[in-house]
Formats: sequence, structure tokens, C-alpha cells
Amino acid sequence: MSKVPADLKYTKSHEWVRALADGTVEVGITDHAQHALGDLVFVEVPEAGRAVKAGEPCAVVESVKAASDVYAPLAGEVTGGNGRLGGEPQVVNSDPYGEGWLMRLKPVAGALSGAALLTAAEYQRVLEAEGG
Amino acid sequence: MPQREQLIFEYSRAGRGASDQWPHEADPAALADLPAALRRAAPPQLPEVGELEAVRHFTRLSQLNFSIDTHFYPLGSCTMKYNPKACNQYAMLPEFLARHPLAPESSGQGLLACLYELQEMLKAVSGMEGVALSPMAGAHGEFAGVAMIRAYHRARGDLKRNEIIVPEAAHGTNPATATMCGCVVREIPIEPEGDVDVAALEAAVGPNTAGIMLTNPSTLGLFERRIEEVARIVHEAGGLLYYDGANLNAILGKVRPGDMGFDVIHMNLHKTFSTPHGGGGPGAGAVGVGARLVPFLPVPLVGREGERYRWLTEADLPQSIGRLSAFMGNTGVLLRAYIYMRLLGREGMQSVGEYATLNANYLMARLRAAGFDVPYPRRRAGHEFIVTLKRQARELNVTAMDFAKRLLDYGFHAPTTYFPLLVPECLLIEPTETESKDVLDAFVSAMSQIQKEAEQEPARVTTAPHTMPVRRLDDVRAARQLDLTWKPTPP
Amino acid sequence: MAFIPHTQADVAAMVDAIGVARIEDLFDEIPQGLRIKSLAGVPTALNEMEIGRLMGARARADGAPLSFIGAGAYEHHIPAAVWGITTRGEFYSAYTPYQAEASQGTLQMIYEFQTMIARLTGMEVANASMYDGASATAEAALMAVRANRKSKAARILVPATVHPHYRRVAVTTASNQGLKFEELPYCTAEGITPSASLARYEGQDITALMVQQPNFFGRLEDVDALTDWARARAILVIAIVNPTSLALLKPPGEWGARGADIAVGEGQPLGVPLSSGGPYLGFMTARMEHVRQLPGRIVGRTLDVAGREGFTLTLQAREQHIRRAKATSNICTNQGLAVTAATIYMSLMGPQGLTRTAAAAHARTRELIAALTRVPGVRLAFPGPYFHEAVLTLDRPVAPVLKSLSNRGILGGLDLSGYFPELGNALLVCATETKTAADVERYRAQLTEAMQAARAA
Repeated sequence: MSKVPADLKYTKSHEWVRALADGTVEVGITDHAQHALGDLVFVEVPEAGRAVKAGEPCAVVESVKAASDVYAPLAGEVTGGNGRLGGEPQVVNSDPYGEGWLMRLKPVAGALSGAALLTAAEYQRVLEAEGG
Repeated sequence: MPQREQLIFEYSRAGRGASDQWPHEADPAALADLPAALRRAAPPQLPEVGELEAVRHFTRLSQLNFSIDTHFYPLGSCTMKYNPKACNQYAMLPEFLARHPLAPESSGQGLLACLYELQEMLKAVSGMEGVALSPMAGAHGEFAGVAMIRAYHRARGDLKRNEIIVPEAAHGTNPATATMCGCVVREIPIEPEGDVDVAALEAAVGPNTAGIMLTNPSTLGLFERRIEEVARIVHEAGGLLYYDGANLNAILGKVRPGDMGFDVIHMNLHKTFSTPHGGGGPGAGAVGVGARLVPFLPVPLVGREGERYRWLTEADLPQSIGRLSAFMGNTGVLLRAYIYMRLLGREGMQSVGEYATLNANYLMARLRAAGFDVPYPRRRAGHEFIVTLKRQARELNVTAMDFAKRLLDYGFHAPTTYFPLLVPECLLIEPTETESKDVLDAFVSAMSQIQKEAEQEPARVTTAPHTMPVRRLDDVRAARQLDLTWKPTPP
Repeated sequence: MAFIPHTQADVAAMVDAIGVARIEDLFDEIPQGLRIKSLAGVPTALNEMEIGRLMGARARADGAPLSFIGAGAYEHHIPAAVWGITTRGEFYSAYTPYQAEASQGTLQMIYEFQTMIARLTGMEVANASMYDGASATAEAALMAVRANRKSKAARILVPATVHPHYRRVAVTTASNQGLKFEELPYCTAEGITPSASLARYEGQDITALMVQQPNFFGRLEDVDALTDWARARAILVIAIVNPTSLALLKPPGEWGARGADIAVGEGQPLGVPLSSGGPYLGFMTARMEHVRQLPGRIVGRTLDVAGREGFTLTLQAREQHIRRAKATSNICTNQGLAVTAATIYMSLMGPQGLTRTAAAAHARTRELIAALTRVPGVRLAFPGPYFHEAVLTLDRPVAPVLKSLSNRGILGGLDLSGYFPELGNALLVCATETKTAADVERYRAQLTEAMQAARAA
């Protein structure tokens, strides 16, 4: 059973979103997603300064058997990618909700409250519906 | 099987070399005109080994391979049939090897006659109106085919059509090819019995449809029973039908793609027409087209005027999608396919599809009788079929990959694993027509034996192979710590 | 027939096991109306003895003329060991090495190939090969667009001195994806690309610059200046090189201050026969930072569960079978057998042998040029340095001269008038180490007569 921390928001495409104190958000992939992909061998994160739209592919996670785009959960400007993952993609496997975060975004005005994000309970139901 | 062979670089000793093979040293004055600024500072660090050392090294490497010549190789969707030795010998006659690609046609009439006749025979077996031989692999032929579809719509001023429909079970090259041609891919689902979902197809086609890419029999090894309806729907919507010839061996001599309504087709000569796979190539992906796509064929083609043959180029086909190779594609492979087709002739060609299908259905029946599950039990197999080991994975924790690896220990190359993605824990098995009943029976025994092992001592299976030069390799390490070229370890 | 081993008893037992009466019943899912009516277009079968006679006659019909054509395909000595080993069934009849444990021979050979090609080109990483030099060039253009994220224009500068067929293949391959190829003019007096011609692109969004060395005319481009200009402007450099030449010429990894970004070329000169154009192999290399944008197969070294070294296909998530519509290319194969031949060839040649081959080829071409330019009406088109191939200008149309030579058993080179009409009566000629001094003299003597015959006509 994969972990779904209660204090985060989620997307149907298996990203999580954490609101930070400074008004930016942190984005990563869920425990379910990292488990489904298997051992990650490569992670590509966006460069700071890039403007992204909600639903736009903006990072890539790769295992030996699969490659998957990561979609921006909401519109905003990338304030930074997790540089550590370039050399240690396995951190996403070992700590998907912590050290394995992918990028930080500064949401455009109203994007966070307006985005159709899921609560932990709602995401849990998505996983159950997928048979996970 | 021999164990590990060291790298050629580890044999290297400064000053050694296969000097019998080298030309005499040129007068250094002859190099004086090459400006120093454009010269290489130090010679390239190639290995320095004697001829016998090199011969032994590469011979030993060859012995670390499974191959058709040494092992049953039932790799689904790859048609690993016997590659007749005559095809190699007569394609490698010295005059053929020495001929320069830009030599005048007058010194190539023998070659051009072979290629022209190959075009004609491929037309006859595929039911198409025109054939081009230059694509150098199946994927290259696919590219040519979809590029022709685009060129056709464009030439009619129908500029919107950029969607290519593929069934969800399609080979990965289909969507990749569509993208290379600047198209958008729309996937449509498969029905429970394995046919294309016709209702979904009807909903998917429209004014943006460039065409559909289909394999028939499909990647599930099943004949698309409603193919005529599919053709009608796509044609009525203004799209064209692309036939991926990966599975042509199943129907060779029985049904022709042209008669099924396909407008364009590629044929993997390295599958159906038995040119070697060569450890991954060179292949040849000749394309065939119906009348309306003939003007768009890639160049060069071979034309005949009276008793003379000549290349047809852009000057002859101004609407051609253009050139795909520096010269004429994989000519030597084309010669091998030509020889194969002449050896089989009309009579042999008819029996290919028959016996490929017989072998697949027999093997499927035997494996089912031995207790293995197939996902489409009510369907005939084409030239290949799927076994699913979902039950074994669930109950015994032994996966399709484990079975595949253990088969290597029994002296059989593994079938294709985990393709098509639609069927969990699958093995895609294609025996081909050139295997005897005895070999198929031995394969069934091995599978049954592995099943028994999976039940009684599963670790034997899950840690296989045990008799290969290496055990299972760490793919994750290979991708994380890239080691793609050899570097000497510092002393 | 058709290499099918079944006895009648086998067939009877097999249909019985399936539960049908005869083979024909296995096709009962195929609509009757679709069944084949006739295979009349295929002749009746020949046996092996008959095919041997037929192919022998066809081969002899093509003859064995003395050839001085180069233009991207070069006749070199091929040691007997090269194809003797390459056509062993274990290499010849194996498939793509998906089951790594049962394919260590092919995998290790490709790893050795990648290493040799990387060393020869001075680049950091090589793939397992593309179809040929032209398709590798086209794929390099597509790769440059992926790799150069700063550029949005998908514009590639292509000197007119790049092989004309390569340029056409690049257009066929890449234009559907919106790439724009812009031709850089060359200096008709010098036969090279003047770096001054780049000035007009100053400040524009350019994705990559191609440079062929030696160029199609055999001339040596100022690769350092071209590379430095591009790299100073974040424009990627795609080098197209002849592998034999790299024994003597500066490898693309060392061009300019920082080297090329991608280097490709035709591997045919490395032990692969001319064979009317194929199968050849395109080699493809890059700087390590671009490895994930490389198309095609790549082999890596790793460890097995027991800690022993072994080889496997790696970085497969770039490829079509995983990434489907988002793959780097649709290519699934490499030119395996040609790669095997090239790897054995490079091992037998080694640094000394390849250097001697390059030097001997170049020396022979210089003798050829010296001899032919003594023939009245023949001169060297471009004054500067060339490598083992050069352009001559005749004082009369080339085609009749070549026809006359061909009637005398000599293929005198490639008529450039269809490709480069502005050069007038231009003829591209090449000699390699396979030509002797007597061959050169024969060509000179026959050219003298052919020129006179052409004038008389």
C-alpha cells in the first residue's frame, strides 16, 4: 500500500504539491508513481525562470523500463529544480515526499486556490479505482 | 558455452599489429601538403593486436551468442527463420561486392536486373502497384510510408490531415514514426477478442485523419477479422491504410495486403524474406504502394526500358518524398532477399504462411495441453501467439522474465517478453516454418519442466540463467553509472 | 521446399493435435473473398545449383572495371578475416541483443566498436550505429534540435560542400518535423566554405552548423574557425567525417577550442565492401552531455548479480519501444553485421595500419592528380589541400569522356555537372591504397585518348 500523506495536495497524474511558507509550492511524484516506475535512473528537472502552464509537461522521470513526463500541477514560474537528482535519481524512490522533490514553483496569482487539486482522501480513491 | 572473453583492448601491446594487412609506408613527403593545423597530433588509440589474436577474440565472442544457426530462436514478431547459406554466398560474389554505387548503369545491368525482378516479385506477393527498395530497416520503411501518406494529402491541398490512428497494441515504432513525420498519434482500443474496436475507430476518424497503421495479423498474433470494414471506414473518412509488414510471414502466399485494402506497406525483408538479422541489422524495409501513391515513392527505383535497366531518380518522380539513403539502401541485403525468393519460387512462397501458421498453432495447442494459459483461447494463432504467465506470477511469484531466462539454460532463446504491453506477464512466441516438429516438442518439454521447477524449487527459475557467460545483469547500474566506452584502469 | 522440414507424418500429427483436419482450416478466420488468387508474378523455384549459375552470370555481366570513383564510398583493402568472421552464423543469424545473457558476443563487440569510434573521432560517446552516413547526418540534425534548448528556430546551416545526397536525405528525414536547412555557399575558386560567409547569420537564432571534413570535393575546410564561430554563439557543431582520414586529420573532438558537439560519418571505409551502396553503417558520436539525445542502440558495461562484468543495451528509455511517440527516433536496429566488420577491421589495422592506409591512399591520389593534370585540357579545380579525393576541370564536357573511359574498362570518377553546374566540366576523382602506380599510368594514358576521342566526337 503506497503512502499518501494527509497534508499534501495531489493530481490524477500522480504529482503531489506542498504549499511552502514563502508562497511557493514544492512538487514531486507520489510514492505510488515511484513504485510503479521502479528504480529511477534519470530525472530531468526544469530550469529556474521557466513559466509553466497547468498540465504542461515540465520534468521527466525514467527507469530502465519506463519513462514518464511529470506535469505542472498548476500555472507558475519555476523557482528551482532539485539539482541533487541529477546525480542521485534514486532519492525519488527512497524519499518521494521529502528529499526527492522535483521542483519549486511560484504560482501565478490565484493558481493555487483555483487549481483542481485533490485532497489525500480523493487521491486515495483515484489509486483504488486504478486497482492500486 | 564459453565464459567471459576479455576486451580486445586488453590484448593490445604497443608495437604489435597485423602488419601483413597493412599497405607499405608512404613517402612522408606525400603528406607534406596537409597543413599542420589540420593534422591529428597522436595516432588514434585503436588496439594493437596480431591477426591470430584478433581472429580468436572475435571467434570467441561469436560463441557467446545464441543464433538461429545454433539455437531455436522463437522471438515473437521477429521471424527468426533459417537464413539459407546460398543467399549469403551468391550475394557476396566479388563483382557485386566491388561495384561502386555511383558506377554507371552500363556496369550494373546484372545487379539492376536482380533488383528490378525483386521489385516485381514483391509487388506480386503484396498486391501493390509500386515498390521501392531503398529503406534500410522496417522502421525506415515505416517512415517512408507515412511520409508518402502526408505527401499525398499535401499534394491534394488537404493540409489538415495530420492524425495517425494506431491500435493500442501497436509496436512502438508506429507512434514513433508518426511523430517523425510530424503527425499526431491517436490510439484506439482493442476489443476483448483481440480485434480493433470498430466503433472507436468510427469515432476517431474525421477530416484530420491522415491514416491508420495496422499490423495484420496484429501484434497479438490474431488476424484482424473486420479488416474490410476497417478499410472502408478509413477510406470513407479520406484517410489511407498503412500495413506494417512485421507479421507478413503469417499470410505470405495466402492473403495480400493490397487485396485487404491497404494503400501502403513496408516489408521486413529480414523477416519474411529471410535475410540475416545480423545481431541487429542490417535489415531492409522495402515499401509497396497502391496506384495513387506511386508518384511519391522514395528514390532511387529501378526502371526497365526494353532490355536495359536504369535508376529512376527525382527527375523521373518529381513528387517523390526524396532520398532516404546516401545511395541505394542495403543493396547486399536486397540481393539476399532476391535469391531467397527465387529459391522458394511460387510454390515455396505459398507454403511459408501455411507452415508458419501450422507450427504456431501446433505449439500453442501443445502448450495449452501442458497447462499454460493463452489470452485468446477462442482464436486461431497467426504465425505467432501469446502465452500469459499471470497465474504463475501471482501464485508462484515466478514471472514471464524468469521463464524466459530459464529457457536459456535449456538451450532455447527466449520468446519476446512483455510485448505486447496489453497482456500481463506475456511471452510472444513465433516458431517460424523452418523449425521441425521435434524442436517444437522439445520446447514444450522445456516449458513443462520449468513449470515443474517453478512449483517445486522456484529459486532455480527466479535466479536463472545459470549456464550463460553471465547471470542477470544490473540494468539499473548500467543506466545510472554509464560505462559506454572502455578506459584503461590506471596502474 | 522453402526450407520446411516437415514430413507428411509430422503434418498429420500436428493438425491432429490442433484439432483440425488440414492446414487450410487454420485460415478459417480470414474472409474467403480476400484469399489470394494467383502468385503468377513470382517465377517458379530454382534450386541452389541453378541460382548459383544465374547469379554468377549476373555478377560477370557487371564486370570488374578499374574504378576511380569515391564520393562517399571508398574501395579499401579488406582483410579476409573480416568477413570470414562476420559471416559466422553466430553473428550473422543472431537478433538484436535483447536477451543480454545469450548475446554477450554481439554486445561486447558493440561496446568495443563504440570505444574505437569514440577514440577515432575524439568524441566522448558513440552509439551502436545508424543506417548509413546520410541517415546519421539527418538524425544528427534532429538530435541537435533536441539538444540545443536555447535555440527555438530549428534552423540548421548546411554548407553546399556537404555531400549532396546527405543534404537530400536530411531534408527528406527532418522537414516533416519543421527543421529548416539553409545552404551556406562555397567559394567556387577554393572549393571550401569561407568562414566570412557566416557573418550574415550574426545575432540570429541558429540551432546547428554542419561541417564536412574532408568536404565533398575532398578539400579541407577550416574546421577550427567554423567550430569556434559556432560554439561562441551557442550553435551546435555537427561534424561529418571520413573515418580513414581521421588517422591523419584532426578529429572533430579537437576542432577549434572546444570541439564539435556531434560527429557522424560513413563507416563503410572500415572494412565494408562497396556493394553498390550498402549495407554500410553510419557512425554517430557526441559529447557526453548530449548522450540522452542520441538516437539508436547504445551498449553499456555493468555487473551481473554475481558481480561479474557483462554488457547490456542501456538508456533504452530514449527508444521507441518504451517512449513510443516521444522517442528520440523510430530506429530499432543498427547495422550489426557492418559494425562487426568495422570492429574487426579496426582491430586488424590498429593505429599503424589505419595511418598507413590513409597515407597510402592520399599519396596515390596525389600521384593520380599529378599524372592526370599532365593530360592536355585537364587541370586541378581548387588549389588548396585535399585528402585522397579531388576535383579536376576538363576543357570539354565530362560525360562523353567518362563514357569513352568506361568502354576502356575504367570508371574515371564522378561527373559533377548535375550537382554543381557552376563548376563547369568538373570531375571528382579518388584513388586509394588499392590502386597501383600502373593503374594510375593506365588511367592517364586512357584519359589522353578519351579526351581526344571526345574532341573528335
